[in-house]
Amino acid sequence: MTSEASVLIVADAPRAARGTGLDRAFEILCFTAATFLLAALGGLIVSLMIGGWPAFAHFGVGFFFSAEWDPVKEIYGAAGAVTGTLVTATLALIFALPLALGVAIFLVELCPAPLRRPIGTAVELLAGIPSIVYGMWGLFVFAPWFSKHVQMPIMMSATPGTLWETLTTGVPNGSGILSASLILAVMILPFMAATLRELFLTIPPQVRESAYGLGSTTFEVIGKVSLPYIRTGAIGAVMLGLGRALGETMAVTFIIGNSHGFPTSMFASGSTIASTIANEFAEATGVLHTSSLIALGLVLFVITFIVLALARVLIGRQANL
Amino acid sequence: MFRKIVIGLAACLAVSACNGPEVAKGPSTGVQIAGAGSTFAAPIFSKWAEAQKAETGLALNYQAIGSGGGIKQIKARTVAFGATDKPLKPEELDEAGLVQFPTVIGGVVPVVNIPGITGGQIKLTGPQLADIYLGNTKKWNDPALVAANPGVALPNLPITVVHRSDGSGTSFLFTSYLTAVAPKWAVVGANDAVKWPTGQGGKGNDGVAGFVKQTPGAIGYVEYAFAKMNNMAHVSLQNSSGAFVNPTAGSFAAAAASADWSKAPGFYLLLLNEPGANAWPITGATFALMHKSQTDAATGAAVLSYFDGAFSKGDDAANALAYVPLPADLKARVRSSWSAIVGPDGKPVFTPAQ
Repeated sequence: MTSEASVLIVADAPRAARGTGLDRAFEILCFTAATFLLAALGGLIVSLMIGGWPAFAHFGVGFFFSAEWDPVKEIYGAAGAVTGTLVTATLALIFALPLALGVAIFLVELCPAPLRRPIGTAVELLAGIPSIVYGMWGLFVFAPWFSKHVQMPIMMSATPGTLWETLTTGVPNGSGILSASLILAVMILPFMAATLRELFLTIPPQVRESAYGLGSTTFEVIGKVSLPYIRTGAIGAVMLGLGRALGETMAVTFIIGNSHGFPTSMFASGSTIASTIANEFAEATGVLHTSSLIALGLVLFVITFIVLALARVLIGRQANL
Repeated sequence: MFRKIVIGLAACLAVSACNGPEVAKGPSTGVQIAGAGSTFAAPIFSKWAEAQKAETGLALNYQAIGSGGGIKQIKARTVAFGATDKPLKPEELDEAGLVQFPTVIGGVVPVVNIPGITGGQIKLTGPQLADIYLGNTKKWNDPALVAANPGVALPNLPITVVHRSDGSGTSFLFTSYLTAVAPKWAVVGANDAVKWPTGQGGKGNDGVAGFVKQTPGAIGYVEYAFAKMNNMAHVSLQNSSGAFVNPTAGSFAAAAASADWSKAPGFYLLLLNEPGANAWPITGATFALMHKSQTDAATGAAVLSYFDGAFSKGDDAANALAYVPLPADLKARVRSSWSAIVGPDGKPVFTPAQ
């Protein structure tokens, strides 16, 4: 009886009042969701800081500048892993960006209609392959091929005593910094290509058609109209790709060779922050070891944050133009 | 970090599940026990559990999170037993109120990829292996190696050293062995992960095997079971009695049998360079860790009954998976050590039948 009455009352209530109640609830829900995320982020930073504190306190600023990593003597430095992370991610971006642009432009501007969907779907599927699969493929398929057809010819053609020779020394089995960068490039390529394609599709047809109408060639339309139009979003896409490359773990761990210290050549073994943590965290029992790995995590967090902040600034500057 | 938390939560859930009312029925029906640790022993632990589940209804929830994780979990009491390839020292056990006992034998095998060389053809001494891993011996036709291997055509090929990149009990055994046999290795030391003077790191046994297989001239080290299952070309190593031995189930068992467990309090013993003409020099065991005083007698009893059943009926399963079961007298010694594990009433939680 009572429940029926309350239903009646609600039904009788003025529309505005009922709407306000719902609005209020919705507002609270959204606010909670947003603040929860913020709190989770804050909590993450704080826990990384607390976890990494023993390492920072023990090694001081030297933690960031030393490439020494010796679990037996308990000496840890982040420089090797940070260098490896930045080098592989940057190289991956350099390899992937032109290809991603090419794929996106082809799909939007040049691709025959019947092929558009299959190729588009294939690109999206590539983006969905788990990174461990890339790692296995990299180690068992890509590395032997790379060693035989790229690394060995380069190493053998290098003149002894030159800088080029120093840059190309390494174990000829297809692992190392350059291989890891190439695998990373393959991994971020579909992601960037898919985002760039979406961006190209947002260009109003009138804009492009006008350019064609003025007598521009396809090349001119892409270079002078389409690309400038999507520049803002494209920077965002690139930065997101870079973000993924920075944090990529399993694929890199399989192929990078995992030696601590500064990589001295493009075929040398190296390590990244993520690969070091993945390798050692499970078995790290010492306080300083665990704490140094958490501190590395914090460093990666900061690097990623800087990249995203930079993307924001760049996009903001673009928007103001 | 995140993965650890998830595993921790899962382990908590598992433990709370076995603290539930079904435990009260005793170890014979539908009991679930939670364990965590060594990835090396995970396949045989699940094989044993599978056999026992059909028989007694005992279910094992084993999380292969690595030996270090197993030690942390058992110290935090989130699991009923931990498993580690790196035994804890007696004082460490006392401090945490733990007991440990060996469960299954395994070992480390150096493997090579040298064109024209098959398994067991290359003979190495401990110090020679250390020199290779220190980066002092750089070529396979190094005079020292050639002199030690008369009649073997060693090629003029650079040696590529491959090691584990992830912290691992395998690396611990391997570096402990090098420390024991070569004073020079002291600059590196022994641990789950060390600062390798040279070479490349592969993730896991398959990562090491991958690099070794793809690099002519490579040398790596993997678990015995892995080397056997994958038919990798192993190195014949010199043991402490001067004989060159091949890694076989027999040579691992010989090492475990010749070890003097009676002088090892808390079973703290690395089976490295054990005496015996047939003993493989890099042998180890996976140790189970349990709390000396069990808060729940039924759970403790279930764990011990699980290992008791594994010792009595699990040897064939172990052999089939290329593990080496404990020798009979060691099993007896382990069983008698279980009287130290007591319930809240101060009485041993489990008394083995034999």
